[in-house]
Order: sequence, then structure tokens, then C-alpha cells
Amino acid sequence: MHRVRGVAALLLASCLTVGAVQAAPGDRQADPLDSPRWGDMRKEFFPAKARVVFDQRVKVSAPLTAENALNVPVSVDAGALPDATEVLVFADFNPITRIVRFRPEGAHPGLGFRIKLQQSTPVRAAVKTRDGVWHVGGTWVNTTGGGCTLPSAGSASPEWQKRLGEVSSRVWERKEGGERIRLRIIHPEDTGLAAGVPAFYIQELKLTDEQGAPLMHIEGFEPLAENPVFSVDIPAARTAAGYRVSGRDNNGNAISAVIEK
Amino acid sequence: MSILSRASRSAIALFTLGWALLLAAADMDYGLQPVAIADGTWVLVGRSEDFSTTNGGNIVNTGFIVTPAGVLVIDSGPSRAYGEQLKRAIARITDKPVTMVVNTHHHPDHFLGNQAFAPESLAALPGTISGIHSEGGAFNENMYRLAGDWMAGTDVLAPAKPLAAGPLELGGHRLELIALDGHTGADLAILDRSTGVLFAGDLVFNDRAPTTPHANLAAWQKALDRLEGLGFKQIVPGHGPVAKDAAPIRQTRAWLGWLDGNLRQAAEDGLDMTEVLAIRPPAEFRRLAVVEAEYRRSVGQLYPAYEQQALSRPGRNAR
Ligand SMILES: [Zn+2]
Repeated sequence: MHRVRGVAALLLASCLTVGAVQAAPGDRQADPLDSPRWGDMRKEFFPAKARVVFDQRVKVSAPLTAENALNVPVSVDAGALPDATEVLVFADFNPITRIVRFRPEGAHPGLGFRIKLQQSTPVRAAVKTRDGVWHVGGTWVNTTGGGCTLPSAGSASPEWQKRLGEVSSRVWERKEGGERIRLRIIHPEDTGLAAGVPAFYIQELKLTDEQGAPLMHIEGFEPLAENPVFSVDIPAARTAAGYRVSGRDNNGNAISAVIEK
Repeated sequence: MSILSRASRSAIALFTLGWALLLAAADMDYGLQPVAIADGTWVLVGRSEDFSTTNGGNIVNTGFIVTPAGVLVIDSGPSRAYGEQLKRAIARITDKPVTMVVNTHHHPDHFLGNQAFAPESLAALPGTISGIHSEGGAFNENMYRLAGDWMAGTDVLAPAKPLAAGPLELGGHRLELIALDGHTGADLAILDRSTGVLFAGDLVFNDRAPTTPHANLAAWQKALDRLEGLGFKQIVPGHGPVAKDAAPIRQTRAWLGWLDGNLRQAAEDGLDMTEVLAIRPPAEFRRLAVVEAEYRRSVGQLYPAYEQQALSRPGRNAR
């Protein structure tokens, strides 16, 4: 009897400890971007028990004002964190909040890309480290016009159909060591929010070296800009004689190309 | 009693309303002050700023030439209110009618005042007319967002009369219409051989960073060479102060040249657009008004094409 009660007390104590951990730092920090949507984002993207902290080591670069809401450049860099395993990029006020999710499987934990925004919004990157903690960084982007409910230029022209999925790419040696890969893929990237134009976008891209060893896995969502351009950095230890990209869009069209130096 | 009080209340209400309208009208006054720069030639110099609810879009230079045969207006401004105030400013100077209103190109601050003038007086290059038809509506909406109440009642009114390059005689003024491109697909410059005044439109900016939403930099540079070769005595840029020499042409050329070289180099070096945005224009350009904002806009507008060229060695498709 005594012992049972003791175990129960112990369980209770450990629950309290877990509780104390889960409500810990992140959730008590005020949102540095002061967005009324942060609470919803927290609920939508992270389990209640997950530890989520705001962390300045997560760098999100984007222009403070974006005149062209259809093509807003964003770069995420989580290189200052010890071991980033997964990065989710989202925009609080976009009609489709999720933008891109990537796993740096050998590449530098960062990605450059372009997005469509409907209105002024925080653009955030949540970086999961090996200990399971999510580190969130971000920046406000002010737009002067909506880009999400406009059909892509591509969907209006028959020309892209011939070139759908076509990849252009180039590899640069970096002064600081390693290499940079930039690639551009022909794709209309329609959000499905423009009347009569169904969602049509790249869902998956896998970047590997020529031997097939994984470097970066990218999961794309509707807000990526038309004919998306990506910048990926490869650390010196993982540079290879050549690279390869493969993937598919939400209609099952395959993307596959060799990236030659 | 009740009738009286209602009447007096209405009177007060009317007075209040009238006062509010008066105040609103005073608020919407661009304070246009035509400045005479040559015989019969007047210029209204806008502010070297971005569009805002404070300046109501008056960031542009417009002008007019008064001749015995009538008045030629060069660009009508950013809104219906501007056009109407421009027309009144002209009427204070001359009783000659406005016989022709020319839009130098299809950007909103150069044609949205058209409604103030007789539709048959409006004229522009064919490329400008088609540009106003295809993009004017979107420009107008955007101006409402940027300039607010100043835009009240403004609608797109495209010229019907196409202009061709060549001489134009107007009341003794020997004008030369010069059809160029580069700032947009159709840019009209007007040289008045009688006074030596060159209205350069937005091919030339002075002490304000150029805008590039429809720019073709190579064509623009060629247009600048052509303008510099014209024997003018004064040049009226599209934005910024009037000058007596070719300095604004050289300044515009230098900026465009730097922009082109910088973007080409950045693309060749594999920079991401966010890294290109972080580059600061060199010291010699930092005194140009709104240079940071225009650089940012130009990167967004122009870099994708440079990037595409740098990436244009298509990957071997493994499909
Ligand atoms: Zn212009």
C-alpha cells in the first residue's frame, strides 16, 4: 500500500517535470515578430508537447518590402545551430501558410528560394535539432499587392507545357570552401487559389551526389514561386564530381536531371 | 419650433459639411507652380520621392509649351486631380486652348491625369497606347493603394491618336518627336528646336535613382547616346530638376551601367537574390534620392533574367 502510493507520487512528480519542460522557454518567450497569428502557427505546426524556442541563430533573409509579391526572395540559414535535422518555412498570414520543408542530409542547413505572398506577413523558419527542439527565426515582409490569388504566367501560356520540369543548373566553387548549386525548374507552381486554375506545384525534390548519396530533401508547397530557383550549399567534405536532382509534382510529373560542373 | 430647430440643425450640418469639403479640397491641392524655363515653355517639377499618400503621386515632371496655335502638354500627371490642377495652372498663364496632350510613356504618373483633357487631344506612341490599355488598370489600382484619396475619380483614359517619330510644327515651334525605348518598350522624347529644350521623359532621371519595371538596359543606353547627341540647351528629365547640360544623361547612364555590371557579376558568381539585395550601391550613387528603394526594386525586376542567363547551360535531362 505504502509502496504503491510511493510509485504514484513518483509518477506524478515525473509528469510535473515533463510538464515543466514542455511549457519551458519558447512558450514563455514573447513572439519577437509580435504577430497575432503566432498562437495559431504554434498549434498548427508543432505538437503541444514539442519544445519550441525563438532563436536568433536561425537566419531568415528577405526584403523588408517586396513590391513583387509573386517572386519574393527568401534565404534560410541554420548553420549556426549544432545539428539541424529538418527545417519548416511558413508565413503566418499567407492563405497557404506552409511554404517549404527541407532536410539537409549532407548539404549545409540552409536554402535560398522564392515565394508568393498574399499580404504583409512574418516569414519564419523552424529548425528542428537532433534533441527534438524547434528553433524559430523569422522576419516581416511587407507587400504592396497580393500574389497568391493570381494565376501564374505559365498557366496562361501553352509554351511551358513543352518545358515542364526542365532543369537548368550550375555549380560554383565557394571562396569559403565547398560548393554552391543553383537550380531553376520550369513549373507554373499554381496555388489553386486563382479561379479555375487547380493547384499544380512541385512536391518533392531530392538532391544527391552522382553516386546517389543524399544531400538535401525538399518538400515543396503551393506558395513557392513560379519557375522556382533554389540555392544549396555543399560543405567541402561532401562535394562531388557531379550531382543529381529528382522529384515530382502533385500531378505525378517526374523531374530528373544531372547537374554537371 | 421643431421646424426651425431642424432648419438650423441642417444649416449647421451643411456648414460643417462645406467646411469639411473645403478642408479636404485644400488637402488635395498639389500646389502646382509652373516655372518658365524658355520662351513659352513651362515645367512643373515633382518631388524626388516614392509615391505616397503625402505627395499624392506628384513625383513626376510635367510641362507645357504655349504657342499661338494652342498649348502642347507633355505628360498629364499621376491622378485626375493633378490633371485638373495642371489644366487650371495653364489657364492662369494663357487663354490658348490645350490642343495636344502627349504621354511620353505608359507609366501611371505620366498619363493618369488624362481625364482632365479633351479625349481627342490625347496622343502617344503606339506602344504607349497599347501599354496603357493592357497595364493601365493595374497601375491605377496600385496608385490608389499608394497615394490614397488623391486618386479619387481617377480612371484610365488611353490616347486614341498614335504619334510617329518626326518633325511637328506647332504655332511656330519646330518640334522633333523622337521615338526611343529602353525605360519602357516605347519612350517618346520631344526636342523643341525653337528653344533648345529637350523633354526626355523617363529616359533621363536627375539626382533621383531611375525606375526599371519595364526596362531594357541595353536599349536604354542606346537611347541615352542618341539623346546626348541632340543639340539641346536644356533638358527636362522625367524626374528631378531641369539641367542646362548633359549631366543627368551621364548620371543615368552611369547608374544603369553599374546596375547592369553588378547584376551580371552577381549572377556569374552564383549569388542568391537575397545576397544581391545586401549589396550597397557605390558611394557616387548614394546621394541619388530613393536609391536604396530603387536598387531593391531593380534587383527584383531585373535579376531573374541575369540569373537565367547564368544558369542557361541546361542540365542534361536524365528523364
Ligand atoms: Zn517611367
